[in-house]
Amino acid sequence: MATIAGVFSRPTRPTGIWAWISTVDHKKIGALYGVTAFVFFLVGGLEALIMRLQLARAEHGIVSAEVFSQLFTMHALTMIFLAIMPLSAAFFNLVVPLMIGARDVAFPRLNAFSYWVFLLGAFILQTGWIVGSSPNTGWFAYAPLTAESFNPSKGMDFYVVGLGVLGVSSVAAALNFIITIINMRAPGMTLMRLPVFIWMTLVTSFLLVTAMPVITVGLIELYMDRTFGMNFFNVDAGADVILWQHLFWVFGHPEVYILILPAMGIISEVLPTFSRKPLYGYPVVVLSGITIGFMGWAVWSHHMFTVGLGPIANSVFAITTMFIAVPTGIKIFNWIGTLWGGSVDLKTAPLFAIGFIFLFIVGGLSGVMHAISPSDAQQQDTYFIVAHIHYVLFGGSIMAVFAGIYYWFPKATGRLLSERVGKWHFWLTMLGMNLAFYPMHFLGLDGMVRRNYTYPEGMGWDFWNMVSTIGAFILGFATLIFVHNFFRSLRKGEISGDDPWDGRTLEWSIPSPPPEYNFAVIPTVHGRDAFWEQKHGSGHGVHAPAGGAYDHDEGHGIHMPSPSILPLITSLGLGIAGYGLVYSFPVAILGAAITMFGTYAWSMEPATAPDEH
Amino acid sequence: MEHTEAAPHAEHATTTGIDHRKMLIWAFLGSECMFFGSLIATYLVYYGQSISGPGPADVLDINTTTVSTFVLLMSSLMMVLSYSAISKGDVKRFRVWILCTAILGSTFLGFQFFEFTEFAHHHQEFECPPALDRPAQYPDTACMDGATHYEANYGLTPRTNLFGSTFFTLTGFHGAHVTVGVIWLLSLFGYSFRRRGEDLIRDGGLNVDLAALYWHFVDIVWIVIFTVVYLIGVTVA
Repeated sequence: MATIAGVFSRPTRPTGIWAWISTVDHKKIGALYGVTAFVFFLVGGLEALIMRLQLARAEHGIVSAEVFSQLFTMHALTMIFLAIMPLSAAFFNLVVPLMIGARDVAFPRLNAFSYWVFLLGAFILQTGWIVGSSPNTGWFAYAPLTAESFNPSKGMDFYVVGLGVLGVSSVAAALNFIITIINMRAPGMTLMRLPVFIWMTLVTSFLLVTAMPVITVGLIELYMDRTFGMNFFNVDAGADVILWQHLFWVFGHPEVYILILPAMGIISEVLPTFSRKPLYGYPVVVLSGITIGFMGWAVWSHHMFTVGLGPIANSVFAITTMFIAVPTGIKIFNWIGTLWGGSVDLKTAPLFAIGFIFLFIVGGLSGVMHAISPSDAQQQDTYFIVAHIHYVLFGGSIMAVFAGIYYWFPKATGRLLSERVGKWHFWLTMLGMNLAFYPMHFLGLDGMVRRNYTYPEGMGWDFWNMVSTIGAFILGFATLIFVHNFFRSLRKGEISGDDPWDGRTLEWSIPSPPPEYNFAVIPTVHGRDAFWEQKHGSGHGVHAPAGGAYDHDEGHGIHMPSPSILPLITSLGLGIAGYGLVYSFPVAILGAAITMFGTYAWSMEPATAPDEH
Repeated sequence: MEHTEAAPHAEHATTTGIDHRKMLIWAFLGSECMFFGSLIATYLVYYGQSISGPGPADVLDINTTTVSTFVLLMSSLMMVLSYSAISKGDVKRFRVWILCTAILGSTFLGFQFFEFTEFAHHHQEFECPPALDRPAQYPDTACMDGATHYEANYGLTPRTNLFGSTFFTLTGFHGAHVTVGVIWLLSLFGYSFRRRGEDLIRDGGLNVDLAALYWHFVDIVWIVIFTVVYLIGVTVA
């Protein structure tokens, strides 16, 4: 089929920018995710720096209260939805098929669709900066502050539609990875032989698929209220605004694990490789990850301890929250056990991994402090909580992301990141991170309330605020060093070879960067740490057909899914519909029509173009 | 049985032997469970919390909705028959049954449209207040000449009260799912004329199977909605 519904001709062997627009290759999509997410990470960081400048001194007048509200709201939304989640998605894309011995994901075009929808959702969410009214209620957007009457600007509409569109992207990507992991493993790769990163991807994907619909319903209800004057959060009609808090946090707490479980997976790959030991207690680490996935659903009300749900609800959620620290603690001990007695090679990647363990313990401990509900009543809405979440999200997720970048960069590009610059990056990050966030513990315990755009002099907060601001700028500088290292190494980095770290998992058994089809011969797996086994045992291989949902070719040669622009067209329709929902319904209908056209063309287009055979 | 030349049975190069797409639709339906679960939870949280009428007992008509529920459930039967036909390679029977499924689905949507309109224009009889207490806005003519009752609009729209918002959003999103399903079914019907339905017969009728799973799921959701919102719902005003 040379034409798609007779309108567009299908791109064959595209080059240049067209190759990126029409790609269905998981490695390229991973790169797109990674670069986009890192740009948003810088945007979110910039927002943080403006806030830190404002708070550096008492009664500073750099930004107004309204702009400050928009800044902290957008900082959280950007970092959570547009930086950490898609950075995890970048690793899923880049690494999952390589680790399980597959040639692509189960649905390559759906994968491209997820990326484009993510990009459009990100645009919608950020539109507020262009039209001058970003969401300003905090990322949790508690009712009734979000009601049309209290918040008439378009900011909240961008919040509702933006998160809704991002949810579509997340669910589509998560479904794809669930099927890929369950259904596309190399022969012999049983579930208990899966690398831990794959396990954590699987658990995260299940959390996404189940948690995203809950916030979607909350967003729909908010949209109905704001646009059609319904009563879901209208107190005058008898509505209970606590409903929003429940819907939000039933999603919001699994979301926390969506952010941290991939990080834990990365750490579980980096540490064994650089300790030259298998992961200590593999089954327990896997089981702990699954337990966290389940228990993540049973702790949401600890975000609502001061709402007044009553002593029984508070006690139950306090206990479940303390209990979820157990599997997390088990993992920490297993990582330490992995390092223990290993021949640890302190390259940059394991440095970040060890930094993760250190910082995550600090964040975990303050987390257990909030779990005690009477103690939380004191900490609620203070900088103590801000300190906690930055220790687990920056100290946890972002440190692991950097560990992952230093670890897999050579696989993706064929070149090593500079170790010398990397060490600078690591130590400045550690310094900046602790200077920026540790003093917030003191500020919080001294009663400084979060989300206030300024504070009076003479409260005893001036010194630590200045320290925190200095730390934040060091952190920003460290990130710039990384950007420099990235671009420099991309062009001039040392050639890495296929297996620079003496790796343990299958991605190191193929060339760097991997060919389009990943594995010329699909490996047969005989144990955990399959490549290590292959290097030191007897390696076997069998021929198997390429991946792709429709690719049922009988295995003479490798047929990869062909490029397609339909994922982009389909998601463009969704993006147009998104803006239509904010501004004008006819536009929304137009967008829906484009998406529908894209869907039809998509289902008529074979995954692999026959003329390429 | 008409024998169409079926494509050679595809090799299942998957780890579990289950087709990717079949696994995808099951996982997707799991996600949908959480979606409708949250909508139904919202309905239940606000059940009986409206501070003004009309409530479920005022507007819901169990008899009408029983008929439309029956229609939807029968469409599931038609769906099974059409899948059965296509898995035997019988394209002609498949066309008949899938069209029946789509027609019954559309009938259900018609019922829903009728129901929604009816609710909005619902009239109810009210007792006339004693003449002296009668506020100005009462339809005076209705209560003149010693009438003890009068009739007035007592309609339910999404904006009327909590019941209206939760009811229309829940059933509306279900209706939207049925609409998507009907479009899907009609697409399969149209597709069966391309190359004499070869593509549908391939893989044991997998393309129809996927639509069928979705369709049955939407039906099951309706059974829950009918039970919770209608059957149990009307017992409390």
